[in-house]
Amino acid sequence: MSTSITTTAPTAPPVAKSLTRPPRSLWRDAGQRLLSNRLAQLGMVIVIFFLFLAIFVPVLFPYNPRIDSDLASQLQPPSLEHPMGTDEQGRDVMRRIAHGAQASLGVGIGAVLIAVIIGTVLGLVSGYVGRSLDLGLMFGMDILLSFPGLLLAIAVVALIGPGLRNSLLAISIVSIPIYARIARSTVLSLKQQEFITAAHAVGAQGGRILSRHVFPNSLSPILVTATLGIAAAILETAALGFLGLGQQPPYPEWGAMLADSVKYLTSGAWWVLLFPGLMIMLTVLGFNLLGDGLRDALDPRLRAN
Amino acid sequence: MGRYLIKRSLTLILVLLGVSLLVFGFVRLIPGDPAVVMLGERATPESIERVRAQLGLDKPVYEQYLIFIANALRGDLGTSVLRQEPVTREILRRFPATIELAFGAMIVATFLGIPLGILSAVKRNSWFDASSMVVALTGVSMPIFWLGLMLIFLFAVTLHWLPSGARLDANAQYEPITNLVLLDSLLQANLALFAQGLRHLILPAVALATIPMAIIARMTRSSMLEVLNQDYVRTARAKGLKERSVILRHALRNALLPVITVVGLQVGILLSGAILTETVFSWPGIGRWLVDAIYARDYPIVQGVTLTIAIIFVLINLVVDILYTLVDPRVRLDA
Repeated sequence: MSTSITTTAPTAPPVAKSLTRPPRSLWRDAGQRLLSNRLAQLGMVIVIFFLFLAIFVPVLFPYNPRIDSDLASQLQPPSLEHPMGTDEQGRDVMRRIAHGAQASLGVGIGAVLIAVIIGTVLGLVSGYVGRSLDLGLMFGMDILLSFPGLLLAIAVVALIGPGLRNSLLAISIVSIPIYARIARSTVLSLKQQEFITAAHAVGAQGGRILSRHVFPNSLSPILVTATLGIAAAILETAALGFLGLGQQPPYPEWGAMLADSVKYLTSGAWWVLLFPGLMIMLTVLGFNLLGDGLRDALDPRLRAN
Repeated sequence: MGRYLIKRSLTLILVLLGVSLLVFGFVRLIPGDPAVVMLGERATPESIERVRAQLGLDKPVYEQYLIFIANALRGDLGTSVLRQEPVTREILRRFPATIELAFGAMIVATFLGIPLGILSAVKRNSWFDASSMVVALTGVSMPIFWLGLMLIFLFAVTLHWLPSGARLDANAQYEPITNLVLLDSLLQANLALFAQGLRHLILPAVALATIPMAIIARMTRSSMLEVLNQDYVRTARAKGLKERSVILRHALRNALLPVITVVGLQVGILLSGAILTETVFSWPGIGRWLVDAIYARDYPIVQGVTLTIAIIFVLINLVVDILYTLVDPRVRLDA
């Protein structure tokens, strides 16, 4: 015999509304912290400015470097007509700098994007599967990390030939191990956690566990590292361009423009030297400020100082 | 400690084997016949045959690799294609120039970076702190080859204070002993030569030092800030020690531990940076030699220099790890 139990709904104790905060997501929280950080704001402004140059200038002001030459106005100092002067072929330095943004940012962002995708997948799978696959893959990453980054990039370009696309390839190969390691360490630290076991228990497959449960947890360190990585990749692109292994003439690229300026050092043409380098520095500074800001915003514990 | 060292050494051997395989594969991966790529399309069949034999391309690949390893272990990194010089001998001849440059840069970076970091931490949130951290952030964002060119333009071309490149004046009388100009000139008691070598070293060393200096300054600052909040620093202050003594004897000693690792990790940056710095300043080290070899497609040189730099890089990273465990007994050795 069962006795029916009559239950009255328990009345909830009155909640002091003022003590609770509306729930906010981690990302919105971080976004607000990022937006209130002065240095990060500066970084964002710089990055947006150069992204604007890279995306819109080639569309709005088409430029054909093959026919750009005005031998009557070689190496003229900055003036109203040419705010950043002209180079040894009489080309307007400011125009070439504006058009060079596409090469620097394109390679910088593109190389990091490729490295993040390949590196994250390798790291996640390697850490999840473990055993000999993990051993082999991480050994391969250790070998790539045994070379100073720029040296390996130079060696790769020496092998596959100079050019902008090949620099992109070389820089992304060099950066893959960094992201593979981050992703792998997230997997290893989460593997034994209860929510992963729970996902297993309800029958989730490896791919789903990695993409839905593990990957989101590695997103914030990867985002920070990738932003700082773009800064490093832009410096490497410029270095390859400077060594003549990147963008080939007559197409404008900041590093290659600096290599051209060397010949005119002694003739006092400071403008062909100053401005392209300044642009590299500003862009890299922008991404560094943004990356530092992202790190502080995503990990408030580090904000102690 | 013993087991840890054995394990690390075994891993090291495996990594170095992998590195050698990659460097070896480097030439084999060139699309087309490496001998033709190196000599150009117009080379005679005889010279192509000669280079193929010299590179061992006429043997099976695994045999080529075994020969490469056996030769490398004996210190033989092959012969350059264009000038027919032994690569190892040329690396040994040029490496002192790179060491001198890297060493000069390291001295500039540590002796400016650490005091800058300490002062920033002590005067936290002052204008000095803010401006030195802005300088540090600008420093890591600067392409060093650009900085080098600007230094040349300012101090050599415009002001004529310092030479624009090379290790010594063109007409200098120099009999190399170790090929380290500064050391040799002291050994020969030739102060004029020493001064000249130093003048030539200043600009490239400063250019190469910028990034490491900025990183060291930032690391010292954050490490100092952490230590300054510790109880023992408060105790030291409470018992009436002079501020100078608190900072230098109680705080700094503990704050420097993480800085040591950071200083060690700069070696990779120095070696990469040397490639660019040497190119800008016509500095006759292995970095510039590598770049020239790439232009000339002289692959045995590219292989030899790449392998040498990677080995040095791996070894120094190992030494830094071991040093760190020795300096800080709290670091546990989970072998």
